[in-house]
Amino acid sequence: MAVATAPSSVSLVKKKELGQSYWDLVWYRFKKNRLGVLGAVLLFVLYFSFVVIPEFLAPYALENRSRYVEAPPTPIQFLDEEGRFQAPFVYGLERRVDQVKRLRTWVPDTTKKYPVALFAQGDEYMLLGLIPMNVHLFGLQTSDKDARIFLLGADALGRDYLSRILYGGRLSLMIGLLGQFLTLALGVTLGVISGYYGGPVDMFVQRFTEFLAAFPNIPLFMALSAAIPAFWSPITVYFMLTIILAFLGWGGLARQVRGLVLSLREREYALAAKSFGASDRRIMFRHLLPGTMSHVIVIATLSIPGMILAETALSWLGLGLRPPLTSWGTLLQDAATVRAIRFTPWLLWVVPPILLTILTYNMLGDGLRDALDPYSGRG
Amino acid sequence: MSTIPATQLTTAPQDTRRTLIEVRDLKVEFNIRGGVVKAVDGLTLDIKCGQTVGIIGESGCGKSVTARAILRMVPKPGKITGGQILYYRVPRQKKLAGSNEVEVIELTKLDPDGEVIRQIRGGEIAMIFQEPMSSLTPVYTAGTHIHEAVSLHRLLPLKTVGDQMVERITQYRKVTREEAREIAVQMLRRVGIPKPEQRVDSYPHQLSGGQRQRVMIAIALSTEPDMLIADEPTTALDVSIEAQILDIMRELQQTANMAIMFITHNLGVIASMADEIVVMYMGKQVERAKVVDLFYNPKHPYTKALLQSVPKLGPKTGQRLASIEGMVPDPLHLPTGCVFHPRCPAFIAGKCDRHVPNWVQVGDNHWVRCLLYEE
Repeated sequence: MAVATAPSSVSLVKKKELGQSYWDLVWYRFKKNRLGVLGAVLLFVLYFSFVVIPEFLAPYALENRSRYVEAPPTPIQFLDEEGRFQAPFVYGLERRVDQVKRLRTWVPDTTKKYPVALFAQGDEYMLLGLIPMNVHLFGLQTSDKDARIFLLGADALGRDYLSRILYGGRLSLMIGLLGQFLTLALGVTLGVISGYYGGPVDMFVQRFTEFLAAFPNIPLFMALSAAIPAFWSPITVYFMLTIILAFLGWGGLARQVRGLVLSLREREYALAAKSFGASDRRIMFRHLLPGTMSHVIVIATLSIPGMILAETALSWLGLGLRPPLTSWGTLLQDAATVRAIRFTPWLLWVVPPILLTILTYNMLGDGLRDALDPYSGRG
Repeated sequence: MSTIPATQLTTAPQDTRRTLIEVRDLKVEFNIRGGVVKAVDGLTLDIKCGQTVGIIGESGCGKSVTARAILRMVPKPGKITGGQILYYRVPRQKKLAGSNEVEVIELTKLDPDGEVIRQIRGGEIAMIFQEPMSSLTPVYTAGTHIHEAVSLHRLLPLKTVGDQMVERITQYRKVTREEAREIAVQMLRRVGIPKPEQRVDSYPHQLSGGQRQRVMIAIALSTEPDMLIADEPTTALDVSIEAQILDIMRELQQTANMAIMFITHNLGVIASMADEIVVMYMGKQVERAKVVDLFYNPKHPYTKALLQSVPKLGPKTGQRLASIEGMVPDPLHLPTGCVFHPRCPAFIAGKCDRHVPNWVQVGDNHWVRCLLYEE
């Protein structure tokens, strides 16, 4: 290697030469997988908009009720009645009751025009729970307290459905992450212990995972959810549900980690670490665990959607989160009647974000799998 | 910057040749499905400070198991079923304080996962392995490995007293991250790795086989152990690297007065390294002698046959290479009498297959287990 004279070029050369750690290689390979990168970017956007700043993106607060019960989506207009191009606006809504069908409908009231503006002032909120703000990404610029913009319609209490989907994403997306985190902690710890010690410990852990896996899921969920006291606050219920999901999900991960550790513990470096006086705990978690990480990360990424779907399914069944907590599952519950599909089909708009989340997780997971597996020929 | 002395321990001259490890009639058995395999059967051995003891024998004769037994790392389902391993220990704290009080620890009685044995492992008895390719954890750099060993074992005085050393230092602290890195660079330089400041941040896959074995030696020696167990350390390396590694080990042994237990099946290597040699066959030691005695005056027929089977350069090149007749017996069904009798050129019918030979002394520190030398 040439002797570099300037100190900056030394560090540069050094970085280039030594930037060969496992994660550098993984990052290098991951970058080449376009679908994986797209998944990662989309997922970041999703989490950022649904978890960090939904208050800003949503035009209204979560519990902002109006008299426009079950109003259909209001399209943004660019042309007035004479067909002239104008700044975007929406018409007001007028209530009509069809006396024959006994049906309430909302029709545009062309006499009322409310201009739509970006960064409009609206309901007060705390950004990130810290900064008091009242600016929303978009809203109506009017002093009329009754004016509303419902891009995705309104629900049975006259609340803006777009806002509710945005807020609901926070709980649904976080339950996936939190639950998966707990699953990882439980599954990896028990898997490593089970694989490293073997014998009776292994026997016990494995039989326990089989015991959990042998239970039919839905009745077990029902039993565990029923065990949550009704007087607990919704947020406690939320955490309990996360714990329940994690508790039922760790078994598979523990088995896979165990299998990997069973082979890794026979490697010479485990023996070498022992001969240097490392304790069992140190060998397990410092020397063997990193060897399983590539696998664990992929499994974790690919099973977060399962968590999100489980929450959605449970809430839809009425076993998970309950109103006033708003998650995608509770929103789906509103959309689950024949009447809703017949008369308020816009309530199904909650489905695309769920699909998108799950697809992006799968894209990211596949990308990670290709990048993390050093033995695959691809990439 | 360099505040850490390269060698911390200075040994008082009177204990340079004291006994360090005493193995008495060690028995290690593996209880497997087909029966009981006696991997080590009645091994007796002394290792003194600054001495190199070589152990030779064919594959599967119990060399590695003996080494592992000393560190209490016999793989499952193996068990130490008899005998003693005594370790004459000068605790690290006392040694740093200049004391030479020896305390005797019976290694065979220790809890194999306990605190004491973990202090000894790596800290006082270090081990290096045959396979340098897989002995380093792939996710950690060379420096991290040394840092781990050093932070587990090496102690530094809590306060500096000065040059006079009037006051005894009784409190020690563990090394910090920066000091460990400094030690790591020093150690890598001592084992002859070029550009140690950069190599300390290299991952195992960036190092060659020889470099990895040097890193292993650097890890093992970074804690300044009293004894190094080298389990075929050069088998996986090519000959020129082998010579370098052996040189490094010899050099470091002289500076640190370290005992080495050198396990190999390479007679050439052992001749150049060891002071004393133990020959093992099927878990039993068949001969023990000083290196010169063993090579010039071997007693046991197995040792003789072993020495004859080494290819020689010289005038008699037209001859076939001598080999030991027969096969290594099934360890589950060992022959009666002397275990070597079915392959022995000096077999005495009716004697060797009936009587188990005893461990007899045939010369100055020269022991053999053979009926030829029994009255």
